[in-house]
Amino acid sequence: MIDTLRLTAEGAMSLLERREVSASELHAAYLDAIAERDGELHCYLRTCDEPSGEGIPIALKDVISTNGIETTAGSRILDGYTPVFDATVTARVKAAGLSVLGKTNTDEFAMGSSTENSAWGPSRNPWDPSRVPGGSGGGTAAAVSAGLAPWGLGSDTGGSIKQPSALCGNVGLRPTYGTVSRYGIVAFASSLDQVGPVAKTVRDVALLYSIVAGRDPLDSTTAEPAEPVRLPEGDSLAGVRLAVPKQVADLDAIEPGVRSAFEAALEHARALGAEVGECDLPLSYRYGMPCYYLVAPAEASSNLARYDGVRYGPRVDGGTYGEMVDRTRDAGFGPEPKRRIMLGTYALSAGYYDAFYGQAQKVRTLLIREHRKALEGFDAIVTPTSPTVAFPIGDKAADPLAMYACDLLTIPSCLAGLPGLSVPCGLSDGLPVGLQLIGPQFGENGLFRIGHALEGAIGFDTVPARLR
Amino acid sequence: MAISRDEVLHVARLARLALTEEEIERLTEELGAILDAVGVVAELDLADVPPTSHPLDLVNVWDEDEPRASLSLDDAFANAPDRDGDHFRVPPTA
Repeated sequence: MIDTLRLTAEGAMSLLERREVSASELHAAYLDAIAERDGELHCYLRTCDEPSGEGIPIALKDVISTNGIETTAGSRILDGYTPVFDATVTARVKAAGLSVLGKTNTDEFAMGSSTENSAWGPSRNPWDPSRVPGGSGGGTAAAVSAGLAPWGLGSDTGGSIKQPSALCGNVGLRPTYGTVSRYGIVAFASSLDQVGPVAKTVRDVALLYSIVAGRDPLDSTTAEPAEPVRLPEGDSLAGVRLAVPKQVADLDAIEPGVRSAFEAALEHARALGAEVGECDLPLSYRYGMPCYYLVAPAEASSNLARYDGVRYGPRVDGGTYGEMVDRTRDAGFGPEPKRRIMLGTYALSAGYYDAFYGQAQKVRTLLIREHRKALEGFDAIVTPTSPTVAFPIGDKAADPLAMYACDLLTIPSCLAGLPGLSVPCGLSDGLPVGLQLIGPQFGENGLFRIGHALEGAIGFDTVPARLR
Repeated sequence: MAISRDEVLHVARLARLALTEEEIERLTEELGAILDAVGVVAELDLADVPPTSHPLDLVNVWDEDEPRASLSLDDAFANAPDRDGDHFRVPPTA
């Protein structure tokens, strides 16, 4: 009997190596778990009956193109769309022998923080199914926590990997911008989009990152990581310097329970030998979110112009070409993409470009400088990943600005292009809290080392209490 | 910052969205509130700050101009709503 709730990717690999299970038995065990629990959780939009490789299974967010497997990005405008090619990350996980388990739910076009914007209905948090799993990659994160996949790939524009991992109690990495190919990823905001791994342990996340990272001739915005991935070992943080932004103490948005779990994690870090100091990010928490909600929608309005009912996707007929396009787009896009397309189009339009988009691009320069300075003399910046624990489904759905505020702490480093790792650091009222570690560009190995040592000391049980 | 109904209609035309009356009303209200929140970027004096369009220090990436295999026509049309031989068929433009 394979206990998929407890099995890590490394654990699954060693079962395969010792020939205690076969790849098809492993794949079948996860399909059984999906059959048992996914009716309630709705992590998957579709599953693959047969293993595609001899290795361990993997879940892929539905923004990642899979040859011959429907890929909708959570949108009706891609209903029935079946890619005729693999994204580079799909090709790389297949080349590593991994077996695609299925496509996981996401907010439409990865726009959201709860999966409630998915055209196919929300996913649910395995710790409390009345609550959201976070978003946009809530399907992957919930699947990993509920034992419906040993690991998975997500995409992150302003927090879509880190925030769901925090809310579901597992580990998520948003890599340095440019280290993982976006070829074949349904585009949202191209100067921010980044693909990254989600798993139960930091070592699994590092391993999956090593499989997908690296320059890709098919994506000219990729860069080779500065050094090979080192799987973290050891439990000492001697010599490591962590910085808490001064502003964190004054952010009312951070719930008390999140704050206590965060402070307890800092105590663990000190006990392991780390020095905890202070840094200053005054602009990041005031202007990060406004900057992001100009840059990302502007880029989205351009990227989503391609959905015109001509080459793919369902078409709504009209008397003229223009009518057909306008009707197809109005019927195909849900409320959140429409809101962002409108906002982005406005911010880019004549008369407003300089005041909105142009100004936001300059703010971005300041945020990059501010992070560079904050990291001087430190190995990582530490904050809570999300200001709150998982919130009830429906709580923020009617208020776009309340939903946007979920990403207050994850957005600034995304704008700066820096890597961020979320590691579970405790519970608040029985719900997981995530610790966010932000490193310098290409500083993934440092984050893995710190995250691995902390996860050992914290001893968080990644299996949701109600499923133990 | 208020956004007028006419501005919403103008932006919807630019964005190629045939919004319903209900959507026009809702978006006029929502966009006003969102523009208030994001408009705080205007309070900074950034005359001397260069814009960032991309967080990596990348220079142009070049490739040899050599013919390579590409999608077959059948693959390229596989998801088309209306194929006509080697063309995507659309309604008349006017």
